[in-house]
Amino acid sequence: MTIDVHHHGIAPMRPEFEVEPTESVTIGDVERPLSLSERVLNNESFQRLMILIVLIVIWELYARWLNNSLLFPTFTETVQTFWRDISNGVLINRTLTSLQTLAIGYVCGLVFATVFTTFAVASTIGTRILSTLTAMFNPLPAIALLPLALIWFGLGTPSLVFVIIHSVLWAVALNTLSGFRAVPETLRMSGRNMGLTGARYVGLILIPAAFPSILAGLKIGWAFAWRTLVAAELVFGVSSRSGGIGWYIFEARNDLDTATVFSGLLAVILIGLLVESVVFRTIEARTVNLWGMQR
Amino acid sequence: MTADMNAPLLAVNGVTLQYKTPRHLVTATYRVDFSVHQGDRYVILGPSGCGKSTLLKAVGGFMNPVEGSIRIRGKEIVAPGPDRMMVFQEFEQLMPWKTVFQNVLFPMKVTRKFARAEATERANAAIDKVNLTQFRDVYPHMLSGGMKMRVAIARAMALEPDILLMDEPFAALDALTRRTMQQELLSLWEQLRFTVLFVTHSIEEAIIVGSRILVLSPHPGRVRAELDASGLDYSTIDRPEFGAMSKRIHDLLFADGRPEKQAATA
Repeated sequence: MTIDVHHHGIAPMRPEFEVEPTESVTIGDVERPLSLSERVLNNESFQRLMILIVLIVIWELYARWLNNSLLFPTFTETVQTFWRDISNGVLINRTLTSLQTLAIGYVCGLVFATVFTTFAVASTIGTRILSTLTAMFNPLPAIALLPLALIWFGLGTPSLVFVIIHSVLWAVALNTLSGFRAVPETLRMSGRNMGLTGARYVGLILIPAAFPSILAGLKIGWAFAWRTLVAAELVFGVSSRSGGIGWYIFEARNDLDTATVFSGLLAVILIGLLVESVVFRTIEARTVNLWGMQR
Repeated sequence: MTADMNAPLLAVNGVTLQYKTPRHLVTATYRVDFSVHQGDRYVILGPSGCGKSTLLKAVGGFMNPVEGSIRIRGKEIVAPGPDRMMVFQEFEQLMPWKTVFQNVLFPMKVTRKFARAEATERANAAIDKVNLTQFRDVYPHMLSGGMKMRVAIARAMALEPDILLMDEPFAALDALTRRTMQQELLSLWEQLRFTVLFVTHSIEEAIIVGSRILVLSPHPGRVRAELDASGLDYSTIDRPEFGAMSKRIHDLLFADGRPEKQAATA
């Protein structure tokens, strides 16, 4: 346990000294702008694009090696089919039908989520009600409610909207509520100190302070809604005349037209990417990133 | 304004404060009396856990006394209000979604105490006073701790409250920044002569910042003494009077000879 100290723990006497600091101009790069190549390589979109290209190359090579377009069409074949159905308007119509239903369901879900969280913030019993309901319904797959929805609302848009609301509501409400709960006590007190109460307090303090969580909830809600919609359309698209993108995929599968199935999936993915990387990225860059609440 | 110059701005009479933790009912202060006059730099000093922050929260209106009364300009305090702007110890008191300028402007906007143009002017002036003009349009996350604290002080002072409440505002800062901030607060006071109620657990800070010092006993907080420290500040720190005052407070806090090391003498 004893560490042998040569000079018996007594530090030697040393002279004191003072020096003038080196002129900072002689140090070199104290601060310099990054070069173009450094900036491009660090750019997020560029990195994501690179990942996509790698995935596409792997897909193309594997499909060519497999050489079975019924099982796994190549990327080029998929893109050709995709382009064909875009040009003749089929895919665009299908997508628009889906997006319209989605928008109705998403907005209704957000309205319900707002009502629920308002009650939850206003009173303890409201919080209990919301957390119990969320615990019950959040794990319940929206698709499992589809048969019920069909009985209640019949075939068509109302049933789809119902399951979308279910998939959006709980995710958004849960995230918003936990965001409200995580607002630092000091910030709350500082708001009340200025005499803010009621709706002004919620609107001017709680909502912006909880915005990172609210935004996360919106993102999750969006993904759930989109997923649920496509799945629901696959289930009963058969009997609905003006089907959406799920119906497009379902039809193609019945015809064993795998390239078209792939082009439908590609459309689903592209819309997902677009909403995530354009809509949500823009909101993030202008809010939570700018405010330093999220990196 | 010309009322009675001898009437205190803030009168705390026989205030007992209690709060509940999940398991206990804690009495934070017991029958505390003190009064703060216009222009005072009134410091509440006491060891950790003596209820001094709780006392400040009660003045802020965040909790009500179980016994006694707190009056500002003769009016009973029942709720938080912008006439008593609070500066907290934590840096999260600024709104991260607002720039420095918007943060300073915000309370003036929501209280509608000043017209729009005047509020803008006051916000800019307050930012100038705390030397943050260059950082006017920057978001709080890009500022250092000391700068955030200056924004909080500017925000509170721009509103021109009756009294500024400061809850250990410099405790989370490093020692050098703390010293600078203490001096800045004093020079602001020299210019504006506002009334401030300042809570600290540091004897040295109390003597430097305060013109009057209320010494509280350890838990539950009871008044131990009220001292005059108006002649002492950073420039007199090496004088014998400063040391004597420091020693006197130290003896008041630890009179019963208990070696309470956790109470800072820093």
